[in-house]
Amino acid sequence: MINMFNVTEVYDSSGTVALDGIDLQIEEGEFVFLVGPSGSGKTTLMKLITGEVRATDGTVVVNDFDMTKIKRRKLPKMRRTLGVVFQDYRLIDNMTVYDNVAFAMRVVGAPNREIRKRVPYVLDLVGLKGCEKRLPNELSGGEQQRVAIARALVNSPRMLVADEPTGNLDPVRSLELMLLFEKINEMGTTVLVVTHEKELVNALAKRVVTIDNGHVISDEMGGYFGDDSE
Amino acid sequence: MSFASVTIIMACLIIMGSVTLLSFNIDALIKNLEDRNEVVAFVDDAVTDEAEARALQPELEALDNIMSVEFISRDEAMENFMSKYDSSLREGIDPTVFRHRFVVHLNDIAQMAETKSAMEGVVGIAKVKAHLEYAKAFVTVRNIVSVVSLVLTIILVFVSIFIMSNTIKLTTFGRREEIAIMKMVGATNSFIRLPFVVEGLVLGLLGGSLAFLAEWGLYALITRRVMGTVSNSILSESFFTLIPFKTLALPVLVVFLGIGVFVGVFGGVNAIRNYLKV
Repeated sequence: MINMFNVTEVYDSSGTVALDGIDLQIEEGEFVFLVGPSGSGKTTLMKLITGEVRATDGTVVVNDFDMTKIKRRKLPKMRRTLGVVFQDYRLIDNMTVYDNVAFAMRVVGAPNREIRKRVPYVLDLVGLKGCEKRLPNELSGGEQQRVAIARALVNSPRMLVADEPTGNLDPVRSLELMLLFEKINEMGTTVLVVTHEKELVNALAKRVVTIDNGHVISDEMGGYFGDDSE
Repeated sequence: MSFASVTIIMACLIIMGSVTLLSFNIDALIKNLEDRNEVVAFVDDAVTDEAEARALQPELEALDNIMSVEFISRDEAMENFMSKYDSSLREGIDPTVFRHRFVVHLNDIAQMAETKSAMEGVVGIAKVKAHLEYAKAFVTVRNIVSVVSLVLTIILVFVSIFIMSNTIKLTTFGRREEIAIMKMVGATNSFIRLPFVVEGLVLGLLGGSLAFLAEWGLYALITRRVMGTVSNSILSESFFTLIPFKTLALPVLVVFLGIGVFVGVFGGVNAIRNYLKV
């Protein structure tokens, strides 16, 4: 669940206005695409959600945490309600697929018994059954991204946030991945995907929020109407 | 990398330890010289009776800054004096030429002037002889030595923390991805910090113990060399001795381990501080 009211983000160092009066509500269980050209403010918006950046002005509430007032030591608790996926996967190269996923559970102090039960289940869910003992660099890009998704899901977050998850993948793998996100969404997790890829967005026909120049310029069901000339 | 950290902790501790041990030795040496710097209080000529003169001892002992008071009768004083000279000169000298006297050692020679006048205030004491100028020189040297060693120690602690921190920073550079992922999935800062604290602790303990052993060897070597040279010279006359390492071993070990652990843990925590900000 995300509630943003009149959010402005000005970077101190350069004085750049990254976001200017953003209003955005995403309800529990929704599937939303966030689209827009480079430099439109997508990444800043993501960072506001993950707590990497604080809003200069306005209100940001993510999964019932007020991100404009949240204390630094409360951030870990907030982040456990969020699964994050990046374009470059961000797996740990010298850990097996299993350990990469289990790592996320160990970090939050989950008991071993639970880890042994939960990790195979999540790997099966993302379609990586049998890959437990392999290393990330032995996998294809699509498979590596699935490991990253498994890691994001393993702590049962309320919301999954993906920043250009298909940026490094070919169209077929990209579509497969989007269908996986759809499946995850249907199982009850809120999904927010940042992307450029017009075909994918149109194929899934979900709610699409377009931002440009720090403003929301459209928020509609079904397709990508923004400027795609990146 | 951990080899580098241990080596740096060791190097800094050895330099620091050597400076401190040197200053301890200089301090001990000066103390030794100070103890020889005695103040002599002469009893008034009017007091001829030895028992009466001895009665002044408690009065002197009651004064501030007095370490010891030793009574020397005029007969003893004459004996001491005479023993230094040829027997031909001894003839015809009467003990009454000498006064009864007290040889006084002070706790702190920096206050020699005050103590001297206090002693002169005692009824029955005629005159007090004290080498104020020597006292001043000793105090100055001792002060300079302690200030220099303190300043050097402080500088070296900062230098070691800085180098240690940078060394660990290099090792953590490779793990910043891992730390970023941990932060992303909601690890608390203390959870992320723990392995670095443990690593710093182990490196610090290791560096501290190795530095202790090295310092021991170095000290033993230098002691042997120095004493070997000194014993052939005029300095051999008793007052020049180095503190044996055994009496210093425990404090040195404790301080080395303490600083090693402090530098290690602080360096470790400091090194990953930037990665924890996000």
